[in-house]
Amino acid sequence: MSSQEKPKVSRRLFATSGASAAAAWVLTACGPKRLHEVPRDRLRTALQEMERKYSERTGKDVKVSGAGPLPGVEFAYGLDISRCIGCRRCVYACTEENNQSRDPQIHWIKVLSMEKEKGVDFSHADPYYHPATVPQEGHFYVPVACQQCKNPPCTKVCPTGATWSEPDGIVVIDYDWCIGCRYCMAACPYGARHFNWAEPVLPTDVVNPNTHYLGNRPRPKGVVEKCTFCIQRTRAGKYPSCVEVCPVGARKFGNLLDKDSEIRYIIEHKRVLVLKEELNTVPRFFYFYAT
Amino acid sequence: MRLMNLAAIGIVAAALGPAAAPPEPQHTAPKRSEERLEVPPPPFSEGIFPCTSCHEGMPVNRTRRVLTEMHTDIVLKHDQEHRWCLDCHDAANRDRLHLASGAPVSFEESYLLCGQCHGEKLRDWRAGVHGKRTGNWNGAKRYLLCAHCHNPHQPRFRAVAPKPAPVPPSRTFR
Repeated sequence: MSSQEKPKVSRRLFATSGASAAAAWVLTACGPKRLHEVPRDRLRTALQEMERKYSERTGKDVKVSGAGPLPGVEFAYGLDISRCIGCRRCVYACTEENNQSRDPQIHWIKVLSMEKEKGVDFSHADPYYHPATVPQEGHFYVPVACQQCKNPPCTKVCPTGATWSEPDGIVVIDYDWCIGCRYCMAACPYGARHFNWAEPVLPTDVVNPNTHYLGNRPRPKGVVEKCTFCIQRTRAGKYPSCVEVCPVGARKFGNLLDKDSEIRYIIEHKRVLVLKEELNTVPRFFYFYAT
Repeated sequence: MRLMNLAAIGIVAAALGPAAAPPEPQHTAPKRSEERLEVPPPPFSEGIFPCTSCHEGMPVNRTRRVLTEMHTDIVLKHDQEHRWCLDCHDAANRDRLHLASGAPVSFEESYLLCGQCHGEKLRDWRAGVHGKRTGNWNGAKRYLLCAHCHNPHQPRFRAVAPKPAPVPPSRTFR
């Protein structure tokens, strides 16, 4: 007996570690999930719960869509720099469509006024221009929102996996999983992500009740938000609201995989540029000159 | 009829497109089930159309001149050195326009007239790149005619007042 060595893993250690591993697995598997991971029937329940909550808060019949990406669709956007007059109609149409906080003010689209002499130059761009009329002599305008990158720096730095690229190319945020660390805002080279520093103020009479769970549903304080190509509209086949409102028709939208789409015509026939190409973010947002 | 015309033009435009390119492999893009194009009626000033209601029976004066009795509100700032009314409006049938060839064109198809000089704009418009399209990115769309955005007599856009500038970030929060 005395010569027998003690086993390296005792029966007790084996039993307790096995039991705790099982308990840990049960706890994580049953706990809350990111909304894109949950099964469809559980998602539906979660969306109904959201609808109930938002309808109660706003007094409107709020719908929260769970529409998934369409097969064979990759969205892309075109913006004609030679047409944009900097009127900011898109900025406010976006705010109304996507339920952004009115106070503190959050704008997903920032229209930059640039000097023609300097070209596309962010260091001399002015988002706060306010002349009596636009366009101003010697200026052109570059509206910037989320570029829906194919190689997005923002999703890589998220510590909780609360932001990711959908198969149709839209970079989305799960507001229930965002912990507000703002790493993504630091990573985004376009300043396209915005933080809810205070409890968003959204008067009930301006609430858009047609929402999507990855898009324009009301957000709480302490989460990041950004343009989603109007996911609640585009996954239902409609144009984004900035395209609908643009008075000069500078904004174009379509399916990159459809060779007859407007966006493909633009890429194949026009002078096209993307912002900060050297960063290899591969934006799906193309600026072009139609003239 | 108008819709059919536009649809036909769409087909022609598609045929005229990058036809020389070798056939591409078919993508799995969903079929455009209900590709419809809608165009609102031409934007006439109130009570001005049909033109024949006044012009019927009036003698035609083809002399180029400044109009002093009627249509004095129309100021031509569109190649006014070289153009005047009857270069586009038809003297024989006042309810129509005409091309440089003399071929009549209805107001609903006025883009054919504009496209005589602005051919590259017409090409882009047919592809949906010039001008505004609203509706569905993969379905029914609404087009606008040239004249809906550009006053044909003064086609340059007028400057507009911009919406308010964003509020710069402040340090105080609730």
